[in-house]
Formats: sequence, structure tokens, C-alpha cells
Amino acid sequence: MQAIQVFAEHYNYVVTIFLMMAGLYIVIARGNMIKKLIGLSIFQTSVYLLYITPAKIIGGTAPILDPAFKVYSNPLPHVLILTAIVVGVATLALGLALVVRIKEAYGTVDEDEIFAKDGEQ
Amino acid sequence: MALMTLLAITTIAIVRQRNLFGVVILAGIYSFLMASVLIVLDAVDVAMTEASVGAGISTVVLLGTLHLTGGLELERPRRALLPLFSVATVAAVLVWGTLSLPPFGTADAPIHKHVAPRYLEKSVEETNVPNVVTAVLADYRGYDTLGETAVIFTAGIGVMLLLRRGRGRRKPDGAADDTGAAK
Repeated sequence: MQAIQVFAEHYNYVVTIFLMMAGLYIVIARGNMIKKLIGLSIFQTSVYLLYITPAKIIGGTAPILDPAFKVYSNPLPHVLILTAIVVGVATLALGLALVVRIKEAYGTVDEDEIFAKDGEQ
Repeated sequence: MALMTLLAITTIAIVRQRNLFGVVILAGIYSFLMASVLIVLDAVDVAMTEASVGAGISTVVLLGTLHLTGGLELERPRRALLPLFSVATVAAVLVWGTLSLPPFGTADAPIHKHVAPRYLEKSVEETNVPNVVTAVLADYRGYDTLGETAVIFTAGIGVMLLLRRGRGRRKPDGAADDTGAAK
């Protein structure tokens, strides 16, 4: 009984970790570079959840001050993650530009084929 | 909680899908689900950014890349066991680590004790902005945001340089292409 309660109280963290590991698995096990980048951004979004989840207070509202409300969620993680989202899309765009260049140079975006072509030279 | 489960299911679909076009669309769905979760968690500003940047710009950029590179992931009978094992190990360690975190949504968790109350109490008086997230982002942590814009600027320049170089190098022979790839 207690185990179920602990699990429910930490359910958000469990899903966050699941997303994180799914992203990591894509990065490790899939050869396609675009798929790898999507895995990387899944990992990144799971980190957003990891930061935002503890900021929530049950019964609180969004941190926009108003006399009608007393309890607010913690605004600081929100600020940090806003920055992280924008930086994340910047790195994604840079990575994809690199993928386009790799495609032009090697004719493929698959890791194994690129390694094979490197071995031939 | 249901939204979180949906998020997990979408992720499984992303892992299994081989058609990259499908993966990109699933990633867009994932971003919108993430935005909904963030709204439920009271992070409205973050949700707005995630919906516009994560589901909007990212999807457009990914589709553009697919247009340039082609959209099917190769099937490969590959050592899936070792990655799976290492990922499971890391997951177990992380779950074990989070079990000692304070339960979800408690008001007296340590995270709510330090800087946040000060921002909530003083920000209107000091900055005149009712939205505390905006006040902290643009005012208390203005240099942080300046650094962020510098990062985006650098990334933008990088993308432009990479793509322009590609177009300039396509005409001459393969030797020039190799130096471009080495960089």
C-alpha cells in the first residue's frame, strides 16, 4: 500500500525518467542522424519536466500576481526552462544544418554507412 | 497524470516509427502534449514557448531537413540489447534517486523556501510587472537572457555559414567537398 502511494506521489518523476531514457535509447541505438537529434530533443524536454514538476504546488496558481490568489507556483524553474527551450531549438537547428552538410558530403545520413565510407578512404 | 501517460505512449511510438516524416509529426504531437502538461503544472509561459518553439519552429526545421536529406530510416538488425541494458541501468539509478525527493505538489518542499518567496513578494514593488516569470527573466536575470540571445545569434550564424558553404561547394569537384566535411 505504501509502495503504491510513493509511486503515485512520484509518478511525474517516473514518467520524466522514462522519457529521458527513451531519448537516450534513440541516441544510442538508432543510426539515423535526424532520429538521433529528435531523441536528443526528447531527452531535453524531459529535463524541462524534471525542473517544472517540483515547482508546482497543489492548490497554487501560475505565478502572475493578483490579489485574488495567495499561493503561487515557484517562478524560478519556469524562467530557467524558458531559456533552455530557446537554446534547445538553436542547438537543434545547428545540428540539422550539420546533418544537411553530412548528407551533401557522404550521400547518406546513416551512421553505419558513414563509418563504412570513412573506412574506405 | 493521464497526460503524462499519453506523453509516454507518444514517445514509444517515436522510438518504434521508422518513417522519419511520421517521427517528425509525432514529435509535434509530443510537443503539444508537453505544452498541455506544462499548463497543468502552472508553467503558462513555458507552455506557450514550448508550443510555439517546440511544436512550431522545430517541426518546420525538421521538415526542411527531411526535404533536403530524404525520409526513411534504415532497418538494421543491430545489437539492441546493450543499449537497452545500459538505459535500464541508468533508469533504475535515477528512479532510486528520485524516490527521496519530496512528494509532488507539497508546499513546504525546500525548493519553495529560498529565492522564490522573495521574488513573489518584492517583484511588483521593484519592477512593476505582475507576471513574476517575466520580471525575473527580463529584470533580475537580464544578463542571463542576454547570454541566451547571444547563443541563438551564434547558432543562427552557424546554420547560415554551414548551409551557404554547402551551396557554394556543390559545383567544384569532390576534393573541395572533403575539406568542407572535415570542418
